[in-house]
Order: sequence, then C-alpha cells, then structure tokens
Amino acid sequence: MNPELIRNLHDLLPQIQGYIYPNEIEIHWGLLIVVYPYITGVVAGAFILASLVKVFNVTEVQPLYRLSLLTALAYLLVAPMALVSHLGHPGRFYEILLTPNTSSAMAMFGFVYAWYLMGVLLLEIWFVHRTDMIEWAEHETGVMRFIHRTLALYSRDTGEVAVSFDHKALKVITIVGIPSAFLLHGYVGFIFGSIKANPWWSSVLIPIVFLFSAIVSGIALVILLYMILTPLTGGKISMRCVDKAVDFLFYAVIVDFSLELVDFIHRVYQSEEEIKILSEMVMSKLFASLIIIQVLLGMLVPLLLISLTKIFKKRFHLNEDLRKMVYFVAVILIQFGIFATRWNVVIGGQMFSKSFRGLTTYKMEFGGLEGLLYAIFLLALPIIILAVLTKILPPWKEMHGQPASESAEAAGS
Amino acid sequence: MNGRRTFLRGFLSVLLSGGAIGGILKILPSKADAREAPPKGQKWYGFGVSVDKCIGCARCMDACKTENNVPREPFFFRTWVERYIIRKNGATTVKAIEPNVEPSPETASDKSILRSFFVPKLCNQCASPACVQVCPVGATFQTKDGVVLVNEKTCIGCRYCIQACPYGARYLHPVTHTADKCTFCYHRISQGLLPACVEVCPTQARIFGDLNAAASPMSRFLRMNKIHVLKPGLNTEPKVYYASLDGEVR
Repeated sequence: MNPELIRNLHDLLPQIQGYIYPNEIEIHWGLLIVVYPYITGVVAGAFILASLVKVFNVTEVQPLYRLSLLTALAYLLVAPMALVSHLGHPGRFYEILLTPNTSSAMAMFGFVYAWYLMGVLLLEIWFVHRTDMIEWAEHETGVMRFIHRTLALYSRDTGEVAVSFDHKALKVITIVGIPSAFLLHGYVGFIFGSIKANPWWSSVLIPIVFLFSAIVSGIALVILLYMILTPLTGGKISMRCVDKAVDFLFYAVIVDFSLELVDFIHRVYQSEEEIKILSEMVMSKLFASLIIIQVLLGMLVPLLLISLTKIFKKRFHLNEDLRKMVYFVAVILIQFGIFATRWNVVIGGQMFSKSFRGLTTYKMEFGGLEGLLYAIFLLALPIIILAVLTKILPPWKEMHGQPASESAEAAGS
Repeated sequence: MNGRRTFLRGFLSVLLSGGAIGGILKILPSKADAREAPPKGQKWYGFGVSVDKCIGCARCMDACKTENNVPREPFFFRTWVERYIIRKNGATTVKAIEPNVEPSPETASDKSILRSFFVPKLCNQCASPACVQVCPVGATFQTKDGVVLVNEKTCIGCRYCIQACPYGARYLHPVTHTADKCTFCYHRISQGLLPACVEVCPTQARIFGDLNAAASPMSRFLRMNKIHVLKPGLNTEPKVYYASLDGEVR
C-alpha cells in the first residue's frame, strides 16, 4: 500500500464540506488528466490553423503553416504519455488496443489517436517536406544527409508530375484532416460529456466547447511561438500574418465564450437538483480558477485587449510594437485561461459529491507520477520535441516570409 | 478490372452503412419497459434493504472488510451505512457511520429533529451498468446471474468506471491498483452461502436472493414492501431494492 496516499487522504478529511460518499475522498483524475486535454487541444487547434492556409487559402498566415504542423506533431507525441502514466497499471496499456470494449468511449482513444497521427499529421508533414528533404539531402553530408534521405523514404523524384501529386495529396489530407482534428478533440470532450452520473460533465455541449477552446489554445500557442522564435532565428515578425491569425483567434474566443455562456445560462435556468452544490463549488473551490483565471483573465481581458487594437485602429496601426505587446500579453493570458478551463472541467467534476451534499478538495502532489514536477515536465517536453523537429525540418525560411521551396509557394497561392 | 473495382466499392459501402445503421438500431431500446430478467431457472441475483430495520451498528461494514480484504482505512468501502438526520426546518445532515465509534446519543432528546434513520449502501449491481459500458478493456463485466465483477488481472486502472458510477460504489484498491467494489460476495453466493453483510446483520435489514426464485426471503421482501431504487432517473436499473426509502436519500 502507498503510505503517502493514505497520509494525503487523512489530511483531506478535515477539509470536506457537507457529506460525500466515503469512496469519493480520493480525487481519481488529477493533474495529468488536466494536462491531457490541454495538450490534445493544442494539437487540434494548431492543425486547424494550418488548414486555414491549405483549405481556405488564407495566404496571410502562410508563415505559420509549417510551424503549426510541427507544433501539432510535438504535442501529439506527448499526449498519450500523460494518459499512460496515470494508469494504475501503465504496463497494461496495450490491452486497450488488443481487447477494446466497443461500448467504451475511452477504448476508441488508441484508434482515434493512431488515425490522427498516422493517417493525417505524419502524412501531411511528409508531403509538405518531401521535395525539401530531397533538396536538403543533396547539399548535406553525414548524419543529416542520412536522416533526410531516410525520412524522404529514399524518394528522389522532384519532377513536375511528382510535385503536383504532392499538392493533390496535401489537399486531400487537409480536407480529411479537419474533421479528424474535430474528431480528436470532440472525442476527448465526449469522454467527459457522456458520463451521465456527473452533471458537471454530462452535457451535449461539452465536445463542442472542447473543440472551440482547442482551436483557441492552438492558434494562441502557435502565434506565441511565432512571435518568440522569429526574432530568435534572425527574422522579422510579419504583422500582416499576426494580425490575420489574431483575427481568427478573436472569433474563436468569442464563439468559445458564447458557448460556455450558453451552457452556464442553461444550467442556471433549468436549475436541476445539482445546481445548489455546483454553484456552491463555483463560488468557493473553483472561484479563483474559474471566475478569475478562466473567464476574467483567460477570456474577457484578452478579448478586451484585442478589441482595443481594433477599436483604436489608427493609433495601434501606427505603433507596431505596442500592437505586438498587446497581442503577446493576450495569447499568454489565453494559454493560462485554457489550462484553467481544463482544470475546472476535470478537477471541478470530481470536487462535488454525487450525493450533491458536499465538496472535497484536490491536494496536488509535488513529486511522483501524479505530481506537479512531472506535469511541468510533460508540458515542457513538446517544446523540446519541437526544438528537435525544427532541427530536422526547419520551418524558418517560411516563417521569415521567404518561400521555403517552390512547392510551398505553389501550395500557398 | 473496373467492374471488379465498382463491385468492391459498392459492396464495401453497403457493408459499412449497413453496419452503422445496424449498430445504432442495436443501441436503441426497442420498447419502453425495463430490461427483463432472464427466464425462470436461471439465477438473477438481487438485494433488499429494509431501511426501517437498520440500527447503524456497522457490523456489515466490518464483516465486509474482513471477508473481502478491503483496506481498513476509511477511504475504501464496498459497503457503508449513512445516517440521515432531518430537522424541522428542513435541514438535512448526512454522515457515514464510522465502525467502532458509538453514534452520538444526543439525538433522542434533540427536539429540533423531525426524523432520523440509517441507510445501508453498496454496489447496486445495476442491470444496465454504466461502469461496464465505459470500461475500455472489458475488465468490468456482468455475469450471467446479473452480478457486476472486476477482473483484477486485466483492469488497467484508468478509473473511468469510478467516474461513471453514480453511487460512489467503486474505489481504486491501493494494493492491486485496480478498480474494486462489492461483488455480492460472489465467492460465497456461488456456493449457496449468503453475502457476509447479510449473514451478520442482526436485524435482517439486508436480504439477499435470487429474483427469479418463486419462494425466498428476497421474493417475499419484494412482495411485502413498497420498493424504491436509488437514482432511478439515470436508467441504470439497480438490483438493490430499498423498502421505506426516504426521498432525501441520494
């Protein structure tokens, strides 16, 4: 038996308010399960941003195209780590693939994940970089030459027919990719939304709210990375690109906010038996993370900031640095806001008793697999993976506004 | 070549769409009635609780922990007993009985109390169990005689079933790291014995038996009482039946 767990649970006993079922003192889905939807959300959002270029021909955001694909891949690789580490028996995770129970929403994870990774993201990245990898390999020696040759699967054909096939393939993959990205994150929402025992989760809106908050977090993160990485690699931030991306971010935040507002009004107006305990929870245990961080700092303040740049257009357009700063603050606040959203869904859903008579508390551990340190590691890992990916498939040329290759230029137009 | 391709395409689309429609039809219930018990002759276990008979002695909780090696810490229970105190002003206080601790005696003289009673709780062994539906690996399953069990050799410890149970009946066993809950003492009932909690209950507040049997304490209990189940609105169809259950109990 884990003596630390028992000690922690004993510490929680005096903090319980009202009555909770005795088995409910332990919060079962902790910080790692907060990290998981946050990470898959970034994946879906970054991919949607990339598809703006390919499917909807939004040429302004072309500099973000490759960066967002690589970001999506870096985060997608980390997503299952959070899930597997959280299992009581991590060594048995393969059971979910070998003997899935078809009525279980969670059992589909492996298939949705594998489809998205291999059927969409890797394929798209491969087709985008194929001609580049061939070109790079020609001018390289040693390990990098070997890596690019191998990653290009030893294809050498850069002829017109092959390149036009690449473009066609990309178009198809992105068109299939958008519903797949929706599926990936809508599905994560369904895992929570389909639990009828839990009124905080059980809502048809949850998958859609997850989806829009995913788009918000993905676009905001890619803008943030672009604004940090471009100057670091000696380029100049294209304000035309950032302005356009922030436009889309702005609309996504408005939709996300409206959806959550509708959900809130619906619950309060219907006022079913759980409403008392839920409002008690929101006003006490979740006040800081929901009202202050998620709604105020994570949504309303960024909306206000971005609105200001639109209302006082003249003043802000004369001063690019000021605009940059406002955007920078807004996208950082949005990241915290979306992380708080995940926290409030996952942890909030377990803080009230299913007897609707009491509240428990979540005590975060510091070390260990469920602890803060490991969660920070999981949140930092995608950045490290992204650094490695940009070494292998550098997106800098495109980010600096130069066409990375003929194919990218043609695809972008 | 083309003909074969067209045929294959047509064949596959019929197969896929047919499968999808069939799947949806399978999920939807074909009539409004509750799930039927299996035919006579086959066992279909149920449990009865006489709320009025329970005196809150907690012997059932103790017997259960001993019989099933449930950790003694007060965070892991296959069964527990709740004490309800409802006051004249409508305020309701609920507490889980702690074994070996005498319940406070002051209630008898407290004139603000309208009514007070004990309610034993355990896994409801639902006929339509949410936990079985959500288990990603099929480690939680329903036996032919209607008991929901957990296979601790295949449970991966994802805790989805714990989230899905509306009754708080499940916990993660701190030693095996797998989901655990009441089994109706399956090792005992399959040998014709009673569950440990039923065996030790001094007031016969707990009744166990085959719902299909013509004459048994269980069928007599169902015949002689007005019956209610917990959270019927969730359509889990519990097989733990309560007699004289108060509306305050959730």
